[in-house]
Amino acid sequence: MNRRNFLRNTGFVAAGSLFVPAFMKPFEALALDELSLYKNLVVVQLSGGNDGLNTVVPFGNDIYYQKRKSIAIKPQEVIKLNNMQGLNPNMAALQEIYDQGWMTIINDVGYPNPDRSHFRSMDIWQTGSDSNQFLSTGWIGRYLDSNCQTCKFPYTAIEVDDSLSLAMKGQTKKGIALKDPASLFNNTNNPFFKAVLQNDQEHLDEDNLGYLYKTMIETQSSASYIQNTSKIYQSKFTYPSSGFANQLKTVSKFISSGLKTRVYYVSLSGFDTHVNQIGQQGNLLKQYSEGMAAFIKDLKNNNKLEDTLVITFSEFGRRVEQNASSGTDHGTANNMFVFGGRLKKQGIFNDAPNLSDLDSGDLKYQLDFRQVYGTILDKWLDVNNGEILNKKFNTLDFI
Amino acid sequence: MSAKDNFIKVKHLYNRAGFGISYADLHKLSKKSIEKNVAGLLKEAKDDSISLVSDTESRRQMLVQAGLYAKKDLTDEEKKIRQEITRMQNEVSKDLNIAWIDKLINTTSPLREKMTLFWHGHFACRSNEPLYAQQLNNIQRTHGLGSFKTLLVEVSKSPAMLQYLNNQQNRKGKPNENFARELMELFTLGRGKYTENDIKESARSFTGWMYDKDGAFIFRQNLHDEGTKTFFGKTGNFDGENIIDLILAKPDTAEFISRKVYKFFVNDQPNEVHVKELGDHFYASNYDISALMQKMFTSEWFYAPENVGTKIKSPIEFLVGLSREFYVTYNKPQILIQLQSSLGQYLFNPPNVAGWPGGQNWIDSSSLMLRMRIPSLVLNDGEIDFSGKADPEDEAVIALNKNTAANKNSKPKSYVNANADWSKFLSTFPKGISPTELTSFLLQPKLNDKIIKMVSNNKGLRSTAVEITSMPEYQLV
Repeated sequence: MNRRNFLRNTGFVAAGSLFVPAFMKPFEALALDELSLYKNLVVVQLSGGNDGLNTVVPFGNDIYYQKRKSIAIKPQEVIKLNNMQGLNPNMAALQEIYDQGWMTIINDVGYPNPDRSHFRSMDIWQTGSDSNQFLSTGWIGRYLDSNCQTCKFPYTAIEVDDSLSLAMKGQTKKGIALKDPASLFNNTNNPFFKAVLQNDQEHLDEDNLGYLYKTMIETQSSASYIQNTSKIYQSKFTYPSSGFANQLKTVSKFISSGLKTRVYYVSLSGFDTHVNQIGQQGNLLKQYSEGMAAFIKDLKNNNKLEDTLVITFSEFGRRVEQNASSGTDHGTANNMFVFGGRLKKQGIFNDAPNLSDLDSGDLKYQLDFRQVYGTILDKWLDVNNGEILNKKFNTLDFI
Repeated sequence: MSAKDNFIKVKHLYNRAGFGISYADLHKLSKKSIEKNVAGLLKEAKDDSISLVSDTESRRQMLVQAGLYAKKDLTDEEKKIRQEITRMQNEVSKDLNIAWIDKLINTTSPLREKMTLFWHGHFACRSNEPLYAQQLNNIQRTHGLGSFKTLLVEVSKSPAMLQYLNNQQNRKGKPNENFARELMELFTLGRGKYTENDIKESARSFTGWMYDKDGAFIFRQNLHDEGTKTFFGKTGNFDGENIIDLILAKPDTAEFISRKVYKFFVNDQPNEVHVKELGDHFYASNYDISALMQKMFTSEWFYAPENVGTKIKSPIEFLVGLSREFYVTYNKPQILIQLQSSLGQYLFNPPNVAGWPGGQNWIDSSSLMLRMRIPSLVLNDGEIDFSGKADPEDEAVIALNKNTAANKNSKPKSYVNANADWSKFLSTFPKGISPTELTSFLLQPKLNDKIIKMVSNNKGLRSTAVEITSMPEYQLV
């Protein structure tokens, strides 16, 4: 679809309620955020604690080979990025993306007093809390709560999954979870459900029943919007056949059809590799990289890469030294990936992890993950990060 | 107390302690006191293990697998054998899931199955080996109303858990802390009641707890760390059972379990006074689970308005309750797996070792809409549109068109293929029951004007039942 047609089609649907096709309106009347200047954030979660050291391999450091006798990636297999670090060979699909300058690797991201429990550390990452602080809202949820101009609706944040992560739940607003827009739309437009919702004001209180009614009402209006906006767009791009790639394909469809969604959330799980890590992690990294490479190229083809920022995180990295079962145990700091067409610092952002200065066998973090969130909130989502993260974090220069 | 009050109480009891009750049974049982009903539930809780997965066949497969695992390069033939075993395991795992959900729907020991479901979420575990999954499920059933200590020890020694939390790899000099951490964080004490050092030391105590090639627990002395450990400030050459005793000696454990039981059976928002009451009783009873349940179900606060009709059903409670209520038979039981997975509670596949978070977490936009569609799909043998769909574009057009009958033939179909036994269902009610009375029986929350208005226009009991079970109110128990 060329740009002109794309604008026209988007206008037809998004402005449908105005009864005036968008291309007939004066340019000034087009809300800018309905066009491609709309900035998107895509969060990719790797669940289980991905082993960052076998993902971005410090092949230039002997300590890595000493500590990982049976699971280290051999130097000749590593996809070298500089003379210290390189990618796991299963990530070959990302080499082109990296070479184009669409990928940044941030080393050693973590937080003080790291927690090695999956649940707790995932909570910390999803809520953006301190290690000893318990929050019941997620960082994206609080962004929705902040009442910014563009975050009024549940579809401001969409998780392409069966259920909604804590990250997407705010105090008063929540994102929406869906795997397929059409089936959700069908469900919500049943005449009986419309009758159930008619004149229902009395249920909108804070209890469980009120919660059910509120969810139903929001779902109905969001489903209509998402379906009507996205159905005009069909991706021509071929994605690998994995569940993860399918999630990304759905996100691409939403972005390319001009949905007014700002945050998308997808996840890939299975990274808790305590035993026989090599094959298991290799498969997952392959799925991740091939899916991600297709997604980035698809966005590029649709002129959306400039408006999209993708981040990837996992709840923790793993111990530097492997365990006795050719796997790795829960660790601390880990690398994060950033993708996009407008990266300020491309390639490797900061120094490789220092393997000779460990905290009882674990990496010391260089950057707090909330500096990464803070940078995105300030520079990409245009809100003051201190309001979302409960204290101000210094921003970084990757965007 | 009036007969009507007791009717409501007994209904609440059976909804929470089991998966609902028929009108006829309720009519009979509500003539008895709550105490007698609770005693009856505990007495009827017979242990009836699942024996679907064959020991001999599973062991044969495991031996073959172990043999192939040890080999370096596999021939194509051997690769095929390995794949075939994996395929069979997946299939048997599904059969096991269906065997349990069938038991949940048809059991005459609802409290025992409800407890099994509770422990299934508490000691959350996944295993690719269906024999191990079945063993663990049976442990949770057999000991689910007995001594918590026995249950905890048996779960800790089960191959499924040893494998899932990597105790099989926990050995002298190379401890693996996974099991020790979850034992305290999730199974007994909760966060903040132990130190990182307690985890390290207890992990050493569990070294050598393993299972052998036949899937039986074995204590491997030569892999056990015989050194001195310091745990909760005490020092000694502790083994795993010593650690479990030290954990149970803390009243915090009784309170932690009681809080979880309370959240599962009473209210998502724990009342700490009631939790403390339960915890003290549980501790004093030396961790007798039946004593804990008896105390809870006979407490006055269990029947307080804030605890009746206010809890969001778990997907299993919802599916099993609906199926029991309407005597549903599933001609293709695989659909039950699909429904569990779509609703976010796939038995034997918890999201992680913390189990399903529950409460409002069950409900998101998509799961709520599916839940409200299921009664019409199951009870009317209707179409289901969450799988096997063709072009999404067509679906949207059909939905937009009010006259769906005309389009029906063009829509790809996949049926739930279930039968509700309507005549049996209707025969449990007294003659001449009105749609409003039926509604107040089917719903746990109090009726409001809108619902009364909606059902009073209704033509028959059957259509009333389908509509009522499709309402948000039916999601509450």
